[in-house]
Amino acid sequence: MKSATINLETLTCPSCMLKIEGAMKGLDGIEQDTVNVSFNSSRLRFDFDEDKISIEEVEKAITRVGYEVKKSRVK
Amino acid sequence: MQGYILRSKNQITLVGGILIAIAFISKWTMANMEVFKWSLIIASILGLAPIAIQAYQALRVKVVSIDVLVTIAVLGAFLIQNYEESAIVTFLFLFGAFLELRTLNQTRSAIKELTEMAPESAFKEMENGEFEEVDVEDVDEGDILLVKTGAKVPVDGTVLIGEGYINEASITGESIGVEKEKDSKVFAGTILENGTLQIFADRVGEDTTFGRIIELVEEAQDSKSEAERFIDRFSKYYTPAVLIMSFIVWLFSRNIELAITILVLGCPGALVIGVPVSNVAGIGNGARHGVLLKGSEVIHDFSKTDTIIFDKTGTLTIGNPEVSEVKYYTEDVDDSLVYLASIERESSHPLAKAVLKEIGETEVLPVENTEVIKGGGIVANVAGHRVAVGNVLLMEKENVELSKKAREDIEALEKSGNSLVLTSVDGDFKLMMGVRDQIRKGAKEDLSKLKRLGIKNLIMLSGDNQGTVDVVSRELGLTEAYGNMLPEDKAEYVKKLKKEGKIVTFVGDGVNDSPSLALADIGIAMGSGTDVAIETSDIVLMNSDLSRLPHALGLTKSTARNMLQNIVIAVGVVLVLLFSVFFSEWMNMSIGMLVHEASILVVIINGMRLMSYRLRV
Repeated sequence: MKSATINLETLTCPSCMLKIEGAMKGLDGIEQDTVNVSFNSSRLRFDFDEDKISIEEVEKAITRVGYEVKKSRVK
Repeated sequence: MQGYILRSKNQITLVGGILIAIAFISKWTMANMEVFKWSLIIASILGLAPIAIQAYQALRVKVVSIDVLVTIAVLGAFLIQNYEESAIVTFLFLFGAFLELRTLNQTRSAIKELTEMAPESAFKEMENGEFEEVDVEDVDEGDILLVKTGAKVPVDGTVLIGEGYINEASITGESIGVEKEKDSKVFAGTILENGTLQIFADRVGEDTTFGRIIELVEEAQDSKSEAERFIDRFSKYYTPAVLIMSFIVWLFSRNIELAITILVLGCPGALVIGVPVSNVAGIGNGARHGVLLKGSEVIHDFSKTDTIIFDKTGTLTIGNPEVSEVKYYTEDVDDSLVYLASIERESSHPLAKAVLKEIGETEVLPVENTEVIKGGGIVANVAGHRVAVGNVLLMEKENVELSKKAREDIEALEKSGNSLVLTSVDGDFKLMMGVRDQIRKGAKEDLSKLKRLGIKNLIMLSGDNQGTVDVVSRELGLTEAYGNMLPEDKAEYVKKLKKEGKIVTFVGDGVNDSPSLALADIGIAMGSGTDVAIETSDIVLMNSDLSRLPHALGLTKSTARNMLQNIVIAVGVVLVLLFSVFFSEWMNMSIGMLVHEASILVVIINGMRLMSYRLRV
């Protein structure tokens, strides 16, 4: 299990948090309870299983709902 | 393609605005209805493109976002060939989003400034002994780093070589240069104003004091109160509900115009954005003024507090007791002082430190048979004499006779707020020292500000004797003050007040008072950025500065009020709009969108007021 922090483009709209959470829900290998979208710091935090999903796949899913990924860090 | 359209949103907005202008100019000046119509159609299609893409992206992850509502509404307007409405609504929606981004960035700027103060690079000593510039993430504990004039200290560390002045404003809020030399501690994020230092890296990255402060503030700005979590849950079902409602209205009235107007009016923007905006602006203001607020729950609780308990030492007083007066009742002063110093040297009592400082350099004799009398002092043998050092009770216990003059002196010194250290040798009273801790500068003014802000009970708890406590209390105008309190007594007292229904804030130095800090509704640590203080409390006053406390209280009160205003604005606007769509003639989709976007901007701008908040009492 690894934990990741993704910095997104500045979040402004009220429904963006729902959209990103929705995108994360559709992914396998994400520890759903740990998903945390921060509106003000425009940041997404979650734990994931690196055997089931890669950080690149998560980034792709986020981009698909329309948000630019600026930087991601896995620990 | 999708990405391209989304990235060109600003240009699309601009073109849409121009087309709408062209449409109306040609209608009014030339009465050209063809140009009017086609300009609006093009503006609508252009404007709808990015909104529809966002709506599609949302629906794919099963979210009914505002974009979905607006897209359906615009398509509906198209269906009834009301191009005027469709063009204006898309334009307002996009333009509103543009303004929101700008203004939101404003409210977040204070915290951004803070994170941007984080050091990015460092000069690290490589294996060949040369210093090379590396990314701060490549610095490990134990590395040796070079800091040049004007540069940021990249880590928490210890000075090995060199000296200089460092501006520690990023940690303490105090921008006066602090002198550093060999063995001084330096902190990440502070700036070396002159000199050159070589430092040993003790802690790096997120483990540094500065890293912790940033993490704390970043977490705080997105922490949610119960009310916000409710709004979040609510908005999840709200948008689908609006969709269903508008469908039902259409089903019964067969009035597409009315149905799509409801879709636009129901957009929940201001409600979802209002509270986080106040929160981030309030916490940002605090961060700029040396007050770290840990989240919106803390803001809410502290704004309601009616009772503030202070720990005396180090909070209301400087915490560095000094001997204010010495009285002798003997001729052989030197011997007595030597005995006193010999005994006090072995004690860790804070008063002992003050006594030793007063005596200065002196001869020291071996001490034997030391006996600590709890609540009294120390009795020991020095050079064959029985020496007692302690308070009046100890003297009585030792059957030391106190003259009338001595008793008068004792009374006078206690009245003026001194803790007493009496010394007897072989049963004869020799000398007495009055030790006093100075009250912090400005403490009285700060406390009266708190009273004016509506605090009913200002209470001091201290381990000191009641006489000293009373003096400090009178001087500061406290409502209650209790002495002879151990840490567990203080915690017990906090519990008692909470049971009485008071909302209790405890202000302490964060080390020995951690039980009380944790028990109180709000724990405030006066920390010079120490770890314990940062971890255990709800609010941290940087640089141990008591004057930040009234600011913190005023700020949380304003922030809590601001949140409430924003909720009222948001809910009020939606209610008024929904009411007017059913009961008035003037409401349509464009006006609805205008009011909706305006209400979002109003709550953001209302939140922005907090950024420039200053205490005025």
